[in-house]
Amino acid sequence: MKIVLIPALLLASPALAQDRVLTVYASDYVASEWGPGPRIEKGFEAICDCDLQFVTGDILPRILMEGEGTEADIVFGLNTDMTARARASGLFAPHGQDTTGMSLPVAWSDDIFLPYNWGETAFVYDETRLESPPASFDELLEAPDDLKIVIQDPRSSISGLALLLWVKQVYGDDAPEAWAKLAPKVLTVTRGWSESYGLFTEGEADMVLSYTTSPAYHIAAEDDTTKKAAIFPEGHYFMAELAAQVASTDQPELAQQFMDWILTPEFQKTIPLANWSLPAKLPVEDWPQVMRDLPRPDKTLFYSEDEAEALRQPALDEWLRAFAG
Amino acid sequence: MLEFRDILLRQGGFTLAADFALPQGRHAVIGASGSGKSTLLALVGGFLSPERGRLVWDGQDITGMAPGRRPVSTLFQHHNLFPHLTVAQNVGMGLRPDLRLDRAQKDRVTQVLEEVGLGGTADRRPGALSGGQQGRVALARVLLRARPLLLLDEPFAALGPALKSEMLALLSRIVDETGATVLMVTHDPADARAFAPLTVLVEDGRAHAPCPTGPLLDDPPPGLRAYLG
Amino acid sequence: MAARLRGVTVDRPQSANAASLRHDVPSAASPADTDALRGPRRRFVVLPGHLVAALLAAAILGTLAAVAWAVGGLSALTEWDWRALRFTLWQAALSATLSALLAVPVARALARRRFPGRGLLVTLLGAPFILPVIVAIMGLIAIFGRNGFVNDSLRGLGLPEMSVYGWQGVILAHVFFNLPLSVRLILQGWQAIPAERFRLAASLDFAPRDIARHLERPMLRSVLPGVWLAVFLVCLTSFTVALALGGGPGATTVELAIYQAFRFDFDLGRAATLGLVQIALCVGALLLARWIAVPAGFGAGMDGPALPPAPGGWRKGGDALAIAAAAAFLLTPLLSVTAAGLPRLVVLPGEVWTAALRSVIMAVTSATLAVAACLALALAIARGAGRWVEAAGMLPLVASPLVLGTGLFILLRDMATPQQMALPVTVAVNAAMALPFGLRALIPAAQALQADYGQLAASLDLRGLARLRLLVLPRLARPLGFAGGLAAALAMGDLGVITLFASDQPTLPLKLYQLMNSYRMADASAAAVLLMTLSFALFWIFDRGGR
Repeated sequence: MKIVLIPALLLASPALAQDRVLTVYASDYVASEWGPGPRIEKGFEAICDCDLQFVTGDILPRILMEGEGTEADIVFGLNTDMTARARASGLFAPHGQDTTGMSLPVAWSDDIFLPYNWGETAFVYDETRLESPPASFDELLEAPDDLKIVIQDPRSSISGLALLLWVKQVYGDDAPEAWAKLAPKVLTVTRGWSESYGLFTEGEADMVLSYTTSPAYHIAAEDDTTKKAAIFPEGHYFMAELAAQVASTDQPELAQQFMDWILTPEFQKTIPLANWSLPAKLPVEDWPQVMRDLPRPDKTLFYSEDEAEALRQPALDEWLRAFAG
Repeated sequence: MLEFRDILLRQGGFTLAADFALPQGRHAVIGASGSGKSTLLALVGGFLSPERGRLVWDGQDITGMAPGRRPVSTLFQHHNLFPHLTVAQNVGMGLRPDLRLDRAQKDRVTQVLEEVGLGGTADRRPGALSGGQQGRVALARVLLRARPLLLLDEPFAALGPALKSEMLALLSRIVDETGATVLMVTHDPADARAFAPLTVLVEDGRAHAPCPTGPLLDDPPPGLRAYLG
Repeated sequence: MAARLRGVTVDRPQSANAASLRHDVPSAASPADTDALRGPRRRFVVLPGHLVAALLAAAILGTLAAVAWAVGGLSALTEWDWRALRFTLWQAALSATLSALLAVPVARALARRRFPGRGLLVTLLGAPFILPVIVAIMGLIAIFGRNGFVNDSLRGLGLPEMSVYGWQGVILAHVFFNLPLSVRLILQGWQAIPAERFRLAASLDFAPRDIARHLERPMLRSVLPGVWLAVFLVCLTSFTVALALGGGPGATTVELAIYQAFRFDFDLGRAATLGLVQIALCVGALLLARWIAVPAGFGAGMDGPALPPAPGGWRKGGDALAIAAAAAFLLTPLLSVTAAGLPRLVVLPGEVWTAALRSVIMAVTSATLAVAACLALALAIARGAGRWVEAAGMLPLVASPLVLGTGLFILLRDMATPQQMALPVTVAVNAAMALPFGLRALIPAAQALQADYGQLAASLDLRGLARLRLLVLPRLARPLGFAGGLAAALAMGDLGVITLFASDQPTLPLKLYQLMNSYRMADASAAAVLLMTLSFALFWIFDRGGR
């Protein structure tokens, strides 16, 4: 009997403790025990008298496929640069939050998509392996070709897409030349961020396309201060993760309550050390020390949604040509 | 009595016709290689269907009947036993194919094994037995199934002369005991003479009505003569 | 003399060993021969295998149609899609050629040498084939990467380094995965050369060169095309390998293009078109297979009675080198992954172990399903079911799991929520993906069963469940165990469709990615060791169970 029960317990969805269930579609890593999910779940359930359930996976393709029949009440973990298509679906309702006074380096006036964390793209290196890292994007392009970097594919990775836009914004019409210089240094292009970062920590690559906040993990969790983000004067490209409520939700009040909760200090304080990114609305003095100590770029680059959508295909073609040779 | 009523069997470019009645008793089946002896047996056994004609056993049409439902037991050239089953299981299948045997049936299996001289081998596997013993296991199953028609496709061809005559003797005993009608394919005229008073000649795409074995072999038609040498 | 001898030697390996993609019941050329009677001519009977085949064809082609229908038709392919198609064909052809050629010296050495631990080595050399891709890539990078053992050694010797990234990495990984398969198939070819031929060769005082010319080359000519085709088909749908080692858009495969169409462009029409292209490749390959005999399954026993003569001299050294090189190439990546991950294995978070248990249960379920489906298909094929039944069984080899998953999602969305579907669909898709491999092992065995015992069973009225219990299962236990082990191991390592469906109940491979996504690379290495160990253990248990 017990033998029969174990698989049943493992395979069945957890029993519903509450009548009121808030279904949150989230990126894959969010709900794991080392992601921010468990703390968010605990925190919200303490104030909502409900059951918050995370459903993880490829959230945008999934919700576009499901349309209005979706079970989701909240979508948590959409990315900037991908909002145009999500908005066009008409599936989402306004968040109703005051977005002034956010701790973002860019102005945010979107009434649908609400940022809950942010960071910038950066090339991360290990100072014990790379003693004189490039001090600017130009220097990176001019560096000898045996400086090896790993990047992500803009066709399958959000950070890879951000790099595309980063190069476009720094080099404009000269982007193809920039890519031509960068291409010989690219060791490999991986599907996602994690494969790239794995290659970097294995010592395969000298630099990896990651985030300005990545060194914080190594400092806080591993007591390792050798990992650094190279800060370029040309600026770094802004990336945020966004939440939105689904218009067709059967729990509008709960969904609104969740959206209201996102920008509260209580929620925002869980972000830095669980998500390894910066909080969207929290005074700097409330950030963990490790985040406050990180070197910050002087300049943050960002394309509006329409610009990003318009640039995506041409920039992608430039990139493909540079690599297809 | 087994009746071949205007039967025509076609397989690729090959045809076999048969239109005769087979009385009760023992029959040899003789013919040149490739003449269709095994095809005739496969027809009776239910493994091939005729294009035309009926096969009738004691007034009952069995043309479309599944092999296992026919009043037929077959001993093939090879593979008469399942090597992964014990001797008792192989024999027991003659009573119930699913082997759910009751006490009395199990006793019957033991008894039949004694009868064919295989007492004490019940739990062995066929691989542990000699060729002659394996033949006895198959015959024990024939005895248990007690079907009125018995088909033999040279089952003893691989045995030495002494063993073969021993097997034929056992077979004769069983046939006498069950009163079965037998069709036995053989290449050996001596076997035919010793075992079967009548012989079915298969030649030129036709199985002929049985005729007395002795005269047929003494004065064979040209095709058979060439084959017998 | 030579020509005559060749005539004598060629046909045995062909007929004994090279049962093929074509398993038609032999035509009744000589009706009086009992062998010709193995396929009783009956009216068409619907067997369980027909249902499985119909279900498979419907699932694979139906889901493709569902995806296309959902977006109102197919989309045109871009220039980059065509490049991906070209690269896919090119890398599959090159991988297959290299795997087949490199396997020859290894198989020859293993066929004619006997040494302690040979059996164990032959078993271990099969391991990469069932290794989860992500784990294999970690291992290959540890050996062939910039900081790997090989490049360290090259640097030490002052030689230029080699790069594992780019198309050469894709090829290297594909050879790594498929060399074991090729070695096994060719080894079987060697062992199918009857001992008498070698004795005859010895009595004629053949030199090794003559043996190669008159015995071995004819065998290779009949076996190699099938080996090549098998590897080619496996490499056609490669996905993860190209993702990690491809080096860039120059090494994009069709399956990767499908992924991108889905995941980022959300262009279902293009994904469906690409899925259709893959099916077309499958049909093309199957048509090709009509003329090429594929060696029978690689699950059969390894040690035949024939021991080819073992020449001394430099050839002995050559054989030792071939075996040592293959062992080093195939086993050091496994050792390196183990060494890297083992230290943190015991401190892995509890969630990883829960995910592992869940994955094991899913893998066992998948394997059970795959074994049942395989059995039904193989029995139907052995009884002379139409060619389409076998084609349906081969279809999953080049069906895109992504198209399959999405199609099921679209078809079933009104009946169940994706959460409810995630695990069952993953289990079903994984079972389907393992079918072609299981069938290769099972079809020849089922055909032998039908040929040897079909008539006896029929004459004893042994039918239905009793036939299954008393005849089929005991006689086919070995290939069934092998097929189940393969299915379990492949399902264990699959990341596949579950990411699309999303689940709050992650599998072990998904957990591995979550660890990597949370910067926990050391824990990810440990999870990789766990994943590898469980895959091997599942394979071993099923395979043992069959013996």
